[in-house]
Parts: sequence; C-alpha cells; structure tokens
Amino acid sequence: MGLTTIPNISIKAIAACVPKKEESNFDYSLLTESEQKLLVKTTGIEKRRVASESLCTSDMCFESAEKIIEELNINRAEIDVLILVSQTIDYFLPATSIILQDRLKLSKNTVAFDIVLGCSGYVYGLSVISSLMSSGNFKKGLLLVGDKSTFSLSKEDKSTYPLFGDAGTATYLEYDPEAIPIDFNLQSDGSGYDAIIIPDGATRSPWTPESDEMIDLGVGIKRSKRNLWLDGIEVFNFSLREAPPNVKELLSYNNTDIEDYDYYLFHQANKLMNESIRKKLKITPEKVPYSLQNFGNTSSGSIPLTMVTELGDKLGKPTNLLLSAFGVGLSWASAAIKNAEIKCLPLIEVD
Amino acid sequence: MEDIFEFIKKIEFEIDEIDEGMLQPETNYREMEGWSSMLGLIFIALIDTEYDVTINGEELINCATIQDLYDVVKAKKQ
Repeated sequence: MGLTTIPNISIKAIAACVPKKEESNFDYSLLTESEQKLLVKTTGIEKRRVASESLCTSDMCFESAEKIIEELNINRAEIDVLILVSQTIDYFLPATSIILQDRLKLSKNTVAFDIVLGCSGYVYGLSVISSLMSSGNFKKGLLLVGDKSTFSLSKEDKSTYPLFGDAGTATYLEYDPEAIPIDFNLQSDGSGYDAIIIPDGATRSPWTPESDEMIDLGVGIKRSKRNLWLDGIEVFNFSLREAPPNVKELLSYNNTDIEDYDYYLFHQANKLMNESIRKKLKITPEKVPYSLQNFGNTSSGSIPLTMVTELGDKLGKPTNLLLSAFGVGLSWASAAIKNAEIKCLPLIEVD
Repeated sequence: MEDIFEFIKKIEFEIDEIDEGMLQPETNYREMEGWSSMLGLIFIALIDTEYDVTINGEELINCATIQDLYDVVKAKKQ
C-alpha cells in the first residue's frame, strides 16, 4: 500500500491563476438546450476559463509563484526546491520547471524538475516535495501545479470540450519541525492507461499526417489522435470504485474519523461523481467545496484552485483538510493535512 | 433485493428527466427520447448509491431493457 507519513512540512501559502476568457456551456452549440441543461446539472460545470494561444501553463504558474513571493516577501535566494506538476509543458525538453527557475530569478542551487501527472498531480506533487524537504536540507520550496487542458481538446467533441478549463497554481512550503506530519495514500493502476489519453505525438505513437485527421464517431464526437480522448463512464466507475476506499484506508492508517476533518477537497472533475463519493464516505455537503461550476475540470490545478476560490480566508486559521484526487493514469491519492494554516491569495486573472 | 417495480420507482423518482410511468420492465431505455451518455452516468451513480453495485460501460451497453439492467444489478448484489 502507498501509505506514508511525512513530518516537518508546513504549507504556508497558495495562489492560483486562470485566464480571463470565460466560456459558458450554455453557449456550446454542439449541445441542444436540453442537453446543455443535463450536462450542467450532471457534471456541475457551467463555465470554464480558456487560455489564449500564447498563454501556457507555465505562465499561469509563474504569475501565481510571483504573487506568493511578493506577498510573503520571500527571499528568492532561499528557495531550494521548485517542482512543476503538469501534462502541458512548454517544450518536449528541457523540463519547464528549469525555465521557471530562471524566470522566477531563483538561485542556481535550486533543485528543479517536472512531474508528469494530471488529476492526481497535486497530492502526488505535495508528497514528493514534502519528502525532499522533510530532512531539513531544503527549507523552502515551491510546488507549481496546473494544466492548459484546452490545448488538446477538440471543439467538436461534446464528450470532452465542455468539461475542461485552464489554471496554473503555486503552493509555498517550508521546513517546520513543529508541523503535524502529513499522511498520504498514493496509488496507481496503469491497466487503465487508455481511459484518458492523447494517443499520438510522443514516442509510442509518433506524429504522422494521419494523426491530425478528424475521426467522426457520429455521436457528437469528432476528434483526432492528437486530441484528448476520454472514456467518461470508465473514469466515472474507476473513481467511484477507488476513491472512497483510498480515503478510508488513509483514515484508518492515521487513526482519524470522517468527522475529524473540516473540509474534503476532491479533484474537480464531475459533480455527480464527487457527490456519489461524498455520500459513500458519509461526509456532510458543507464540508465539500466545489469550484467546477465556474472553472470546469482544471486537472491537477483543481484542488489548490478550489482552496483559493472557495475556502480563501477559512484556511487562515488551523483547519484539518483531507485531499483526494483521482483520474488520468490511472492514478489516485489522498492526503490528510492537520492543523493547516494556509494563506490563500486572491485569484489572479490574466489575458 | 427488492422487486423490479421498486427498482423502476427509484429510477423515476431520482431522475428528473424520467417521469413516473415512463418505464416498464421491457422499456429499452437507450432508445428513450433524450437518452445520452450523461443519463448513463446518472443511472450508474444512482445504482451505485442505492445498491452499492458498480455497473461498467460494457454492461450498460449490453443491457437493452430495464429488466436486463435489473437482472445485472440483482446478480451483482448476490
């Protein structure tokens, strides 16, 4: 089991950045009016933010990180670790985190690397940066997390286009021997690798002219092999099957109960799915915030974005948080953060 | 497990898009007006919450009628 406990880490601040441009699913013309209503009711997703061609994930993460550095008056030279979790990087190579080290004017002693994960990425990223910093050799770290998911969507695929939005976030962590250890439960199942996939363009299936040909499935789904393919029902079932036991295992591992947590932050993919998970875990509705109605599924950025937009001030005083994220990979994870005191900065919007 | 008429009642009650009396055991739900994969998700969520049974995509496609769906749920429940 992927259960682990990491001491000495304090999450100090979170910032999130989204594109200014907003689209509404009530304006998505591939769906009839009744389909639009059913989609919004089922997924909970009404509006999404869509990045312009020139705006990358790294730009949104950069803005978020800059805001934290300025607001908390952090000495850039003291940041030891910079990790980017994203599936929409600037280039095939080099790693985008290294470019960000320079853009953020951090020291050349910075440990910088990328992690390629989506939905589960925030929790996984937290576990990796916390592990690195736990021994005290690295005292200050930035975890940048987000995706420009709209980059790979086919506008003519009604099974994906209305679901995703773009966001880039930053989380600032410090080594803190007084902090309550953070517990994690991390899991993977690669047998479901093709449930969410962009089939062509990397090395397993390199780009050919055929990769860009639009395939018409005839049910409102027209997409190429460079687009994101999503098997909604399989992912839905996977999440219902795996997320609740993963959380339960974590709670029994750290001897806590459902009632011990003030908020449950679920990856924001689908409201019906999250509500089913919530009911299975017998969590009261007011403990489960949602940002997906305004921002859609923002991939790995969804949990920090929800903290910023939905919890804001509430996280400024000691709060027990349970994070649970699940999706592409398939990969899923949860984290129990007790006595969290996190400064959430106001949402940043860029062109 | 409860009988098929209770099963139908639950679906009609929980799913706003389906009115009371719309479903019979022999109704082919995928040929119903307004059927979509979105309603498929609603069916799956309802069955999961009410019966603690997970219906996968393949099973949903292989079922034609409400009776078929009820039989799958019942078999999985045992």
